[in-house]
Amino acid sequence: MSLTVPSIHYLALLPVLTTFGAAVVLMVMSALAPRPLRPAASLAVVLATCVAVVVEAAVQWSYVADHGATTTIDHAVVLDGFAVVGTVAIAVALGLSALVVFDWGARARVLGAEVPVLALASSAGALLMVQANDLIVVFLGLETLSLGLYVLAGFDRHRTGSSEAALKYFLLGGFASAIFIYGAALVYGATGSTNLSSIAYFLGTNVVLRPGLLYAGGALLLVGFGFKVAAVPFHQWSPDVYQGSPTPVTGMMASIVKVGAFLALVRVLVSALGTQLDTWRPILYALVILTCVVGAVLGLAQRDVKRLLAYSSINQAGFMLLGVWTGSASGAAGTLFYVLTYAPVVVATFAVVTLVGGVGDTRHAIDGYRGLARRQPWLGGALVVLLLSQLGAPLTVGFYAKYSVLSATLSSGGGALALVALLSAAIAAAFYLRWAMVLVADDAGDGAERVAVPRATALAILAGVAVAVVFGVWPGPVATWTQHATLLFLP
Amino acid sequence: MHSSWYLAALLVVPLLGALGALGAARTRDGAYRVAVGASVVELALALVVAFLYDPHVPGAHTLDFATRHVLAAPFGLAYDVGLDGISLLLVVLTSLVLCLALLGARERRREPAFVAWMLVLTACTMGSFLAQDGLEFFVFFELTLVPSYFIVAEWGGAERARAALKFFVYTFTGSAALLVGLIYLAVAHQNQVGGALTFAFSALAATTLSHGTAVWLFAAFAVAFAVKSPIWPLHTWSPLAYAEAPTGGSIELSALLAKLGSYGLLRLAVGLLPLALVDVRPVLLTLAVIGVIYGSFVACATPDLKRLVAYSSLAQMGFVTLGVMSGSAIATEGALLLMFNHGVITAGFFLLIGFIERRRASYRISDLSGLQGPAPVLAALFTVVMMASIGLPGLSGFVSEYLILIGTFATHAWWAAFATLGVLASAAYLLWAFQRVFHGRAQGPNENLEDARPAERWVMVPVVVLVVALGVFPQPVLNRIAPSVHQLVAHEIAAVHP
Repeated sequence: MSLTVPSIHYLALLPVLTTFGAAVVLMVMSALAPRPLRPAASLAVVLATCVAVVVEAAVQWSYVADHGATTTIDHAVVLDGFAVVGTVAIAVALGLSALVVFDWGARARVLGAEVPVLALASSAGALLMVQANDLIVVFLGLETLSLGLYVLAGFDRHRTGSSEAALKYFLLGGFASAIFIYGAALVYGATGSTNLSSIAYFLGTNVVLRPGLLYAGGALLLVGFGFKVAAVPFHQWSPDVYQGSPTPVTGMMASIVKVGAFLALVRVLVSALGTQLDTWRPILYALVILTCVVGAVLGLAQRDVKRLLAYSSINQAGFMLLGVWTGSASGAAGTLFYVLTYAPVVVATFAVVTLVGGVGDTRHAIDGYRGLARRQPWLGGALVVLLLSQLGAPLTVGFYAKYSVLSATLSSGGGALALVALLSAAIAAAFYLRWAMVLVADDAGDGAERVAVPRATALAILAGVAVAVVFGVWPGPVATWTQHATLLFLP
Repeated sequence: MHSSWYLAALLVVPLLGALGALGAARTRDGAYRVAVGASVVELALALVVAFLYDPHVPGAHTLDFATRHVLAAPFGLAYDVGLDGISLLLVVLTSLVLCLALLGARERRREPAFVAWMLVLTACTMGSFLAQDGLEFFVFFELTLVPSYFIVAEWGGAERARAALKFFVYTFTGSAALLVGLIYLAVAHQNQVGGALTFAFSALAATTLSHGTAVWLFAAFAVAFAVKSPIWPLHTWSPLAYAEAPTGGSIELSALLAKLGSYGLLRLAVGLLPLALVDVRPVLLTLAVIGVIYGSFVACATPDLKRLVAYSSLAQMGFVTLGVMSGSAIATEGALLLMFNHGVITAGFFLLIGFIERRRASYRISDLSGLQGPAPVLAALFTVVMMASIGLPGLSGFVSEYLILIGTFATHAWWAAFATLGVLASAAYLLWAFQRVFHGRAQGPNENLEDARPAERWVMVPVVVLVVALGVFPQPVLNRIAPSVHQLVAHEIAAVHP
């Protein structure tokens, strides 16, 4: 028996290799260095990695534009426009998170290189997910992404909440992964392959007379994804984990995980199971309604901003699912636009929450924000803009994100679904606004101290606000880009 | 065709004013001076545009100053502005109301932020009236919520938090239906014609729809505009919001933002979906008449002046809706004129109530009595505004209500007959309130009430002049708006009777 090594197209793998390589290098550096590595050095490594990944993505983009989409390593990994945009989204979210982590670490005395190493490793997993063209590779990416986050969730050893979050996330995440891999196994049993293109080819050329196995497999895959993106009814972990994890880590969960999981979900459902559209669409229909409505309604009752943002991100996940529901290219482009623009905004929101949380990461009651925009107009104003963007107010990028998935939904004949989703946004508006109202309220005058705004975090917040406002006024380039990316999508 | 730069200037001047006001926040009164300067420039520009407007540009369908630039092709987003007779009066009203609110209802607490929000609100409202593209209209329309939310939430009365939230969520929910309807219409248009997604009014108006679809879309649009107008029974946010808002905010909300609702109903619902009119017309006419009568009766029973004006606005906007939905060119002209007149009259009302509130720290009717003795000028100004609102012949309210009623009598007589009752009721509640507040013997702190100061008198001058001028000689104004209205009504009739 001879083992043939499949041909490898290194350009396609470059972002994953760079990011994972950086994680390894940083780990070795911190182990071998005579003195503890300075946090600034870790930050520099992460930022350099992000810049490198963005540059590589630019090279990949021009390659895809010239040569078309391609697959490598026996069709297990794909290089197409869709993956390139996902890569950029993850790199940006990682870079901004690293800036927040840097200041948080200095404050919480978490000075080792572990957090940046784990963040890099997790991001490598997410990068692999957006390029995966095989269920096994999706699983590999998912696990790499999750393992790092399980540890990061429990990194705040002084708070029991953090350990609780880590344990909860780990146990439930482990279940979800097991369910996912079981689903992959069943799909393999039904179609004879785990490769997404082969599955699509098999289903396109054969009539499945007894589809029970396929349906069961597909349903289990959906459960696994549903858990990762916190779609209702698989969302129960998310408020507790969001609340317990160190706040910058929560920001990463809300951004990087969403990008990776949603883009992989689009690939699995639209490219591999595209022929089964009529089967999975009703399920997603119900998922969208539940996710949008439950996220918005339960968000109303929250008094802790991290839990509030957890429900907010559940509501947003409902909108991202809306684009997947369409099963069309414009819907995929809508979801891509959504995750691409949501990631920096949500990282910046959690950056503000990190700052206000203070030493010990505990000041998260919504009343702790009273009068913030009065005392510190720039910080409070930035948070108001970020909240308005998540609310979907015009002239912020959140409006066009919602618009892009809604127009795709209406093109696919989902008028009622679009209306329900948008009405849930109106409900969600109430809790965003209540927070905004507390921000601009008269100063309580109880001598609440000024929130220190370190430079790196300020930069991350500024970047999030800039994305929200600049692309809110001028969404043309991003819209065109995501649309082209989806045209270069390898089905 | 005149240059579209005039309209761009109308959009940019308030924004620059807002930036300037924030920049001048450090100097004493600097922000206020910059804001007043910007609003005066804006008013001058609006008047210039109104005089230059030429309804007979060949091939432009009564549009002037028009231009279109696509901003984001995949989204169908475009900068598309133009001015016609339907937006003409509202553009002038927008800048006029800003001037009145800034000059007559100065807010001294955190003034730079306040005037900046007011200027931003003006830019958004202006944008909605100038937009000739559905998505652009929606963006501006929705965007007006943000400044008005903050104006009510930060500078409002005791219940401002609840009022602002209720206002936002109501309107946002209504707009959800509007957005879904607009995208549906644009997608349907794209499927028929092909090419890129577009929301241009001219394109959307040409979409072929089935009758049922048109009715559904009309309903979706009407919900959004009925909340904004407000039309009974979706008005319940308005008394609370009008009463809790600071005076400047009440003026903007009632005199201006309410007009966005009826303007949208005319331009988008009636203009784009005339096919649905056969079915929806009786419903909306009935709601309008209920609004007229209900608003008038509740106004009799309200305990405070701000709520009184809020319910009286509900009745007046009922007349506007009647005119808009009547299918008669005369009544539609009357409705446009009433939008303008109601804006001026309500601004006058809220200014006067603001003057009283400034002196007595209350606008409850039971706290006030016999104000005519110590403050005769204030009482006289109130009388003029009130008479205009009642519809006394010779003042502006009469002309517009008369046009609406005779136009509607020709097309839908029964509804007009019932609406006429509202005219009588408006006399009842306004005169009764006037009697309780101004007549009788002044007691307690009312005895030494200071009369209107010179600055307050000057602010009321434009209101009084417009109320009289448009009451005596409205023809030049009607002539300018007539071509657009006739074109719209002809389009309506062609769709209903093909």
